[in-house]
Amino acid sequence: MIRTALLVAGKDLRVEARSRVLLWQVVPFGVMALLLSGLALGPQRAGRSDAAPGLFYLVVVLVALLMINRSQGIERAPGTRASIATLGLDPAGIYLGKVLALAVELWLSAVVLLAGAVLFLHTALHGTLLALPSVIETLAALAAAGTLYGALSAGAATATLLPLVALPAFAPLLIAGERSFVAALHGGALWEWWVIVTVALVAYLGVGILLYGVLEDS
Amino acid sequence: MDTGASPAVTLRDAVALLNDYPLLSGVTLDIDAATLTVVTGANGAGKTSLLMMLAGLVRLSRGAGVVAGVDLATGDLRELRRRVGWLGHEGSFYDDLTARENLTFAARALERPLDLVDPALERVGLASRADSTARRLSAGQRRRLGLAWLIVRRPVLWLLDEPYASLDDEGRGFFDNLIGDVVDAGATVVVSAHDPLRAARLRPRTVVLAGGRLAGEPT
Repeated sequence: MIRTALLVAGKDLRVEARSRVLLWQVVPFGVMALLLSGLALGPQRAGRSDAAPGLFYLVVVLVALLMINRSQGIERAPGTRASIATLGLDPAGIYLGKVLALAVELWLSAVVLLAGAVLFLHTALHGTLLALPSVIETLAALAAAGTLYGALSAGAATATLLPLVALPAFAPLLIAGERSFVAALHGGALWEWWVIVTVALVAYLGVGILLYGVLEDS
Repeated sequence: MDTGASPAVTLRDAVALLNDYPLLSGVTLDIDAATLTVVTGANGAGKTSLLMMLAGLVRLSRGAGVVAGVDLATGDLRELRRRVGWLGHEGSFYDDLTARENLTFAARALERPLDLVDPALERVGLASRADSTARRLSAGQRRRLGLAWLIVRRPVLWLLDEPYASLDDEGRGFFDNLIGDVVDAGATVVVSAHDPLRAARLRPRTVVLAGGRLAGEPT
């Protein structure tokens, strides 16, 4: 399973490095969304607003949806799916590999988006750095949930269905991530939000390992 | 060539359904090992569905079948999928990976030696395009890359879905030669095509599908 996961993750990251969709399309979109959010808040409010972490995660979820669609789309090109299926790869390994690759892509995006949050939403640099571990964990959980729901909604209408089916699963992760970001910026207990995200991460990984093969076959 | 335990195909009244719509509505067919079989028929006759069932990609809804030693009703379809090789008419790989990277991925997935990759590219005449992404290859070159993918995989059963589509005479000749070599080496090849093969030297058996059923075997 681990061997398959590393193989699939390496392949997905290589595809991404070659196509540069993340670099030239998704990250610029996220930065623009943050810039517009900062403009919407206005210069007087931006630095003091508690809305900054929420806006950051709003942009993160939009970026995540684009990347999940991309991650699933790689496998669904005409002909590719049947050919890859005949490799007989362990579905649990495929799931973990796609989660790992998606998480790495989201982490790389987050580096830029957090810098954008400091620049455009005027979040404090120290507090933003304090929030980094919780952001990393929340994005890993989003990758785990997103890969599962991406497979669930796979098909011609993926782009339409994915936000609808995934948002209920994303909601607790986004709330916990946003609360921990607020706690990092303004002081407060971080650990209870971490517990929620960690439990969700483990749960989604467990469900994904068990069910990904069924979803792929269906 | 690894010929496995039982590369022959046996189908008895095989039915495959997609949302209650019959893709195959009772196919009975035997295919001997180390032979070439061409499945012909009109569009929608069930050629691709039959190949997909043989690949373990479409489930047997009724009837019985054994492919490459795996029972379609009760066997491990993932194991079946590892024993067969699929070449679709659209291409069968990742467009953003190079030809070499695609083959390396397949070799690693099946734990094949990586030193099979470059000879396979040479065999299909793509050595000079090894570092080109699949996206940049022409239709004929993509078809050759699909064959190289199968050469690296060395499946027991080769399933080629309309491999001659949009190929010129040189491409068809290349395919015919390679298929002949594969069959001589002991693998079983099933090809779907609109028309019977022109290459008489391959001496293929031709079966005709119509409406998801076997409609006959022209002599």
